[in-house]
Amino acid sequence: MIEATVAANRSDLGVSLAGTRWGLALAILVAAFCVSSATPGLAQTATPAASGEGAEPSSPKKDVLTIPIILAREKIDKPLPLSLLDLPPADDGIAGAQLGLKDNNTTGRFVNQEFILDVVEDADPDKLIKDVLAKVEGGAQFVLADVGPDTLVKLADTVAGKDVLIINYGAADDRLREEDCRPQVMHTAPTRAMIADALAQYLVWKKWRRWFLVLGPKKEDKLFADALRRAAKRFGAKIVEERTFAYETGNRRADGGFEQVQQQIPTFTQEAPDYDVLVVADEGNLFGDYLPYRTWDARPVAGTAGLVATSWHPAIEMWGGTQFQNRFKRMANRSMRPLDYNAWMAARIIGEAATRKSSGSYKDLAPFIKSADFELAAFKGVRLTLRDWNGQLRQPVPIVSPKLLVSVSPQLGFLHQFTVLDTLGVDKPETKCAAFTQ
Amino acid sequence: MRFKVGCVWTLGVCVALMVSTPAALADTAFVTNEKDNTVSVIDTEKLEVIKTFKVGHRPRGIILSKDAKWLIICVSDDNIIQVYDTRTYEFIKLLPSGPDPELLILHPSGNPLYIANEDDNLVTVVDIEQGKILTDIPVGVEPEGMGMSPDGKVLVNTSETTNMAHFISTETNKTFDNVLVDARPRVAIYNKAGTQLWVSSEIGGTVTVINPADRKIIGKIHFEIPGITREAIQPVGIRITKDDKTAFVALGPANRVAIVNTETLKVEKYLLVGQRVWQLAFTPDDKLLFTTNGTSNDVSVIDVDKQKVIKSIRTGRYPWGVVVAPF
Repeated sequence: MIEATVAANRSDLGVSLAGTRWGLALAILVAAFCVSSATPGLAQTATPAASGEGAEPSSPKKDVLTIPIILAREKIDKPLPLSLLDLPPADDGIAGAQLGLKDNNTTGRFVNQEFILDVVEDADPDKLIKDVLAKVEGGAQFVLADVGPDTLVKLADTVAGKDVLIINYGAADDRLREEDCRPQVMHTAPTRAMIADALAQYLVWKKWRRWFLVLGPKKEDKLFADALRRAAKRFGAKIVEERTFAYETGNRRADGGFEQVQQQIPTFTQEAPDYDVLVVADEGNLFGDYLPYRTWDARPVAGTAGLVATSWHPAIEMWGGTQFQNRFKRMANRSMRPLDYNAWMAARIIGEAATRKSSGSYKDLAPFIKSADFELAAFKGVRLTLRDWNGQLRQPVPIVSPKLLVSVSPQLGFLHQFTVLDTLGVDKPETKCAAFTQ
Repeated sequence: MRFKVGCVWTLGVCVALMVSTPAALADTAFVTNEKDNTVSVIDTEKLEVIKTFKVGHRPRGIILSKDAKWLIICVSDDNIIQVYDTRTYEFIKLLPSGPDPELLILHPSGNPLYIANEDDNLVTVVDIEQGKILTDIPVGVEPEGMGMSPDGKVLVNTSETTNMAHFISTETNKTFDNVLVDARPRVAIYNKAGTQLWVSSEIGGTVTVINPADRKIIGKIHFEIPGITREAIQPVGIRITKDDKTAFVALGPANRVAIVNTETLKVEKYLLVGQRVWQLAFTPDDKLLFTTNGTSNDVSVIDVDKQKVIKSIRTGRYPWGVVVAPF
């Protein structure tokens, strides 16, 4: 019923054509007939409109501006996380972009714009870049990217100078916003520094300043540990102990399960100096979830397990979030994950700019998005804007327990000259990014 | 003889009493408490809560029927509208709605009722006597604000995520125009003369004033409060005095109400109220203005002529909507 009403409404919004849409369709049909009967050769290469398909009862397609958005995803093989509840769905991120397009199209039907999502996926980064380039050469100007950091840089360099805007919604690497920044790349995903700073502010506010840092052996774990060390220094926490959890990944489950872990974790965490909170850096979620309630000392766990700083959580209901969560669930048949949310924001940036500028072209939208006038409403209670020195979207960062929102950073009391959102992550005076403002 | 004197005397005393004490013209304010699932009833003369009664889950938008006999409340988590008696506070009946009704407004004739369903991109039109849905009107994403032109011909609905004010003809129930406003519009309201439509943008931090005749933007009101960051200024509720001269705008977590000259569209004063002020309502004589302060769990009372906050009244948790009945 709703779809029919929408379709009907769309034709009514063609308002002035409401009375003449049949007349116009008839005219097209007649023209098509004349063309096809007069020039038989031409008829074979006739466009769909000329062959009579244009006679649908809504406003003629030529009045609607079509804006294609490419979603480029690099399929990276990762070991599965510990918890059954954390297994990534096949459409992780993609579903968020789909909701973003759906929301864009709801507005679009009032302003005669239609957004189309084109998903390009591959495990081979070079092939992926080639496929995206082909789409760009076919006219696409907007790319939402969930790719590895090296791939993002390569992709940006491949389309450099062309009318293409890339929005990174997957990679948290700070270097992509610093020494490896690019003028045509923006970011909705928060950086590791923003996440670490958000968590550190809350832990410091809580007066849990003595940290026992545990990191995994992977390169991403080390990067997050670096961000945590920086955050501790910045906000006045002290890392009193640091240990690396070297482990054999093994299989994430076996028919036994807890017996060995119950012995291992206390032993691993014993004999640490006095500390307030164990902060774990385990980006793959391969061991961090073993830590809560098993540490030698009775201490809370934070970081990538336990108390987590993240861009989104499926139980957030503040700021009108309930409706947003419900719309996603109805569409995707699952809860919204942080990657979905980051992708939604990326899609909405394009949609919001297109609505405000009444255009779908890179030349109109990119400068507007980069300008001080651009803002995005994203269920975070404040307007979100892009950092003008590196294209990173500023945003409040929720601090969450597995089931509920605990707090939101930046915490009250941390001050900033221009906006408290810039107390999270690498700030303008510290930036290594020069390329973005070229 | 004595009896007659007694009667006359009593009558005399009564008359004297009636003449000497002005009749207590208290009105009654009703406040929905979003988290407590109750309605607080406030005597506007005593300025205190005289009763709190239970309603359904997550009550938000609240209005009066035209004859002020009914309280009509959006009970969002029950996905329904509840009707209560304004004098006895007894439950009368349910009215249907779409999922997650938030705000609602009646046609000036008293029927039908237009409901913004936050969860379904629809405005539902309901006959309040028969209790039936007449039709649904598709609008933008997350509809909330509902404004009605004084002549009843145009309904304006705002969509929070689509960032638009949709102009809907109440005759055809179809949208005939859409105006793009700043981010996250919440409330839309006409002035009494029908010459201005005010729309608040919560995240954009502005109020847009639109000419309903041609839907062009007359002006945009920006707010600046020393010591308050721009992000905290989040306009939500708007009310305009009956003489159309002064508008009051609730500014959310800025904890203030702005007093705006409707001719110059300039802010004349900011009044500090409670925390996260969202909705407002005048007493029928425009002398007092009640504001709902969600996070401080109270309602502020503003003396409109003196432009001063005179009292805070504790309500239930997260007071949301407010309406004042003329008795």
